Amino acid sequence: MKVVNQALPSIDGKGLMMGKKAYTDDLAEPNSLIVKVLRSPHPYAKIVKIDTSKAEALEGVELVLTYKDFERRPFTRAGQGYPEPSPHDKFVLDNYVRYIGDEAAAVAALTEKIAIKALKLIDIEYEVLEPVLDFETAFENEVLVHMEPEIHEMFPIGFNPKKNLAASYHMHVGDVSKSLEESEVVIEQSFYTQAQAHVMLEPHNVNARMDYQGRLMIYSSTQTPIHIRRIISQALDYPLSKIRIIKPRVGGGFGGKQAIHGELLVSTVTIKTGKPSKMIYTRKEVFESSYSRHPMRFDIKLGATKDGVLKAIDCFVISDTGAYGEHALTVFMVAAAKVFPLYNKVDSVRFHGNVVYTNHTPAGAYRGYGAVQGNFALESSIDMLCHKLNIDPVKFRQKNMIRETETSPIFKIMGEGTEGIEMFMESCKLEYCVKRGAELVKWKELFPRKELGNSKVKGVGMAIAMQGSGIPYIDMAAATIKLNDDGFYNLLIGATDIGQGSDTILAQIAAEALGTTLDKVIVYSSDTDLTPYDTGAYASSTTYVSGNAVLKAGKEMRQLIIDEAAKVFDVKVEDIEYDGVVLKTKDKEITLKDLSNRLFYNEDQKQLQVTSSYYGTKSPPPFMAGFVEIDVDKETGEVDIIDYISIVDCGTTINPMLARGQVEGGIVQGIGMAMYEEVLYTKKGKLVTNDLMNYRIPTRREIHKLTTEFADSYEKSGPYGAKSVGEIGIDTPPAALANAVYNAVGVRITTLPITAEKILMAIKEKEKGEN
Amino acid sequence: MKVKIIVNGYKKVYDVAPDEYLLDTLRADNFYSIKRGCDNSSCGVCTVLLDGKAVQSCTLLSVKADGHEITTIEGYQEEAKKLSEHFGHQGADQCGYCNSSLALTVHAMKTEIKNPTNEDIKEYLVGNLCRCTGYEAQHRAIKLCLEDEE
Amino acid sequence: MEIVNYFKAKTIEEAYQKLNEDPSNLIIGGGAWLRLSSKIVNTAIDLEHVGLNQIKETKNSIEIDAYVTLREVEKNEALANLFSSIINKGISGIMGVALRNLVTVGGSIFGKYSFSDFITPLLAVNTEVEMYKAGRMALEDFLKLRTREKDILLKIIIKKEKVLGYYYKMKKTGLDFAVINVGVTKTNGYYKIVVGARPSLAAYATSAMEYINNQKVITPKVIEDTAQIVVEELKFGTNSKASKEYRIELTKVYVKRGLKEVTK
Repeated sequence: MKVVNQALPSIDGKGLMMGKKAYTDDLAEPNSLIVKVLRSPHPYAKIVKIDTSKAEALEGVELVLTYKDFERRPFTRAGQGYPEPSPHDKFVLDNYVRYIGDEAAAVAALTEKIAIKALKLIDIEYEVLEPVLDFETAFENEVLVHMEPEIHEMFPIGFNPKKNLAASYHMHVGDVSKSLEESEVVIEQSFYTQAQAHVMLEPHNVNARMDYQGRLMIYSSTQTPIHIRRIISQALDYPLSKIRIIKPRVGGGFGGKQAIHGELLVSTVTIKTGKPSKMIYTRKEVFESSYSRHPMRFDIKLGATKDGVLKAIDCFVISDTGAYGEHALTVFMVAAAKVFPLYNKVDSVRFHGNVVYTNHTPAGAYRGYGAVQGNFALESSIDMLCHKLNIDPVKFRQKNMIRETETSPIFKIMGEGTEGIEMFMESCKLEYCVKRGAELVKWKELFPRKELGNSKVKGVGMAIAMQGSGIPYIDMAAATIKLNDDGFYNLLIGATDIGQGSDTILAQIAAEALGTTLDKVIVYSSDTDLTPYDTGAYASSTTYVSGNAVLKAGKEMRQLIIDEAAKVFDVKVEDIEYDGVVLKTKDKEITLKDLSNRLFYNEDQKQLQVTSSYYGTKSPPPFMAGFVEIDVDKETGEVDIIDYISIVDCGTTINPMLARGQVEGGIVQGIGMAMYEEVLYTKKGKLVTNDLMNYRIPTRREIHKLTTEFADSYEKSGPYGAKSVGEIGIDTPPAALANAVYNAVGVRITTLPITAEKILMAIKEKEKGEN
Repeated sequence: MKVKIIVNGYKKVYDVAPDEYLLDTLRADNFYSIKRGCDNSSCGVCTVLLDGKAVQSCTLLSVKADGHEITTIEGYQEEAKKLSEHFGHQGADQCGYCNSSLALTVHAMKTEIKNPTNEDIKEYLVGNLCRCTGYEAQHRAIKLCLEDEE
Repeated sequence: MEIVNYFKAKTIEEAYQKLNEDPSNLIIGGGAWLRLSSKIVNTAIDLEHVGLNQIKETKNSIEIDAYVTLREVEKNEALANLFSSIINKGISGIMGVALRNLVTVGGSIFGKYSFSDFITPLLAVNTEVEMYKAGRMALEDFLKLRTREKDILLKIIIKKEKVLGYYYKMKKTGLDFAVINVGVTKTNGYYKIVVGARPSLAAYATSAMEYINNQKVITPKVIEDTAQIVVEELKFGTNSKASKEYRIELTKVYVKRGLKEVTK
């Protein structure tokens, strides 16, 4: 392959580093009205009275919006395909506020200063209600977060607001109680994961104007332009055909920009005033008033034979979706669906539990999407089991994990919000990944620990993981390729580059299929007027689903070109030889350049263009093994992460360097979740960690070394053998680090993040027990 | 208040409020390389050079830049191109939102520290957060860029 | 913070007059984190042009003017050659370079920030502050001043002495505030121990200092006992960074490590 599997520079990096106008706010109208939101200071309250007259009277204020300005039309912000597997439980503005930071009213004014001043002039009387702040007691609590008669589920997801349930779920394979009873060794443990924040560096932002045709034109920093268009139309009852969403460059998303944020308010302002408007979230609003990862509690039981055969996995989960139920069921299901098949030889599995409403900042999509939570619980408990069995964790996994050609019954039972599909692992290099990782981390030499003197000890830990590649039978993507004169192409895609490099790798796929070079493929992505449908950047779908669409389009375009050449020479199509540059038949030839010019200007004139669609009928999982070497200070609990080793099977890497970037970025976000990113609420339900001074993501100081390698793997159903790579990186760090800490100092941290304080206090506790 | 600031060599006069920040003044004047990230000097994407020294424009009152020279990456396009070559080859490009300010800070580092070690680089750039790359590729690219110029 | 007027003083007296014109008037240092305050300030006073921009080395001391940035102090070679570089080291752990290029000495000290990584090492050496009206006083006394009188900090004066120093800031990530910071020095055989971010403002562990300074030989047991006295005499608390209990454990460890370092 000439273009695919080559480490080519991204097509946009240079311009972005040079500071070119590219991101949403760079494209706002200079005279946009500034939209600001009055946010609830209470975790739960009813708006009894709201008087906006003083704010409206302030000079420079154009519009004040309250719940009275909106029809009661429930929707979900989730940004998923339709009908969504998330409850329709949100109104643009409501007369109830359900968390600190929830929207109570909005102002559009000439300047930010005036808008902020106007917010203070809105008289609002709240009836403060008792909130639900403990997700473990939210189920069937006497306080209900949602009581609106209009809210509903789109199809059965276990939604029951009378019990504070956004969703609930139950599945089982075999008889788990019986398997556990029969198991010679059983372990049982609870694990807690926190509401990690995405911290994409570009805050949510959006701007709108009415264009010269009277259509609502929006630039949005989003992962899902098509869904955003649909949600605006449905929630505001505004014609779909009159909305255009353009996604310019996006400064990171990680799932945080899958859902709709300020688009509804900005659209309303621009529709009502006819004037351009914009809204940029403050960092505090990004933390408090968008959404985070679903915090979860896992109660897990594992059963095994004495010689280390895993027999049963039993798992009950409570997930906190906060005030609104975006992605409630699907994230919950992925916690098992993309984790438990790793151990496919068990006799029985049970997975069940509740996704509850609380008066916290909502939870939603975030890279890993349940899998990282589930991975922490399962891969930590597997190590606990190994310890009890006195079996090396690497050997245990080698014995019990899924292998190529095998399947798991879970694939068929669990999809995302619906039933899944049966899948056999046509590509699974997990054995290689584990073997290679163990080698690189010097497992034999370092497991479990090595004393370093001066109170320091070295430990190693590991975990394995899987993810998916799109959602089968739901995610669809299309690509258009257009041939221009001079023989270069436009690739028009709805696929949403949010920084992960999809414009580059999709262009690589197109160039490979067309037999051309990367510079001849001009990519334009994500404009609902100009580019074809794509589900959006989520569920690890772009490389696999959008990539397959591009591959199909490329092949079809290539064929069209050959067909045209056959006409030129009046020969059969089979008699044309084509290398992507020159079209040859026995004694004649024509370059693509000449052919394309001829098609435009001279003979048999036409535009060659193809649009191809692809939707997955399976979701081949990428796999990886993560190994980590850490040094722990036994007197303070401080941990240095010496090297994080990732051996990844994502099939063919379309761009090995960009794929590596996806893995390493995921690893460091996973390290953040594992070690640093504490989420703290006050007793009154106020988020304490609501800015970057209090919420700490990893800096380059914490990252000493990342070792990343790819297994030699080829997924037949993927474009040029590729599977996804966007999410898999984030899955292993929490468990691998928890396991490494245990191996180093003998304490098991079961609540994320694994802070130095927790480690030291556990060491002290353990010492007390031993004395 | 009227303030005189030399921005990338251009003598500019801005009418600013006493509590206006340089980030807002310069973005309103179409300097798009300067990004809004965290609002409180914790992320680095708003970095500009004030008389050659890296400072955070989300924290610097515009009045404080009065009579001084401000440089953004628009004023160092060749430097940005050079560094971006290395970023491209190392796969260090992702969303790009932190890249302009990082390039500017790398430039400031070069003028301040000769032959920086790995530790020096991490220390100097610790205030430039990146949520996409995991830093490893950026670090390789920056080192190669520095070696290139030796 | 909302600022109605901005005043660039030409002399210190002019700044002082302006400062006392209105209760809400205040001096702006580097201007970091003004956004975190919701105060309305009538006039913000800027000291850029009053001539407080120097670091001077004299025979007996290093004098640092209030408007000098932390980065300039951090890069000062005379200081780096003194006190085992603990002042430079303390500053280098504060946020990123771009913030240290803005933040001033005056702003950092006048605010008496409890999380300060600058005050702790300054206390561990011999530091005085000079105020425009109140004159010269020990940094320790300045920190204890309760009156919120409107005065201007002109400079700090650090005595040049042969000091063996140790400073450690425990933080969770490269950009974090201190969970605890510990400064330990030995000056002509005299030990000083300072602990900051407990989470309250840095302070001497006076009883522990008295105990260790009365010992003829510094044995491991003496070090152990000293650390114990430190955590018994100083107040520790819980906040979002860490619990009281953890801070106590860390302080014990780092005081011991500091004492070992300076008695080497």
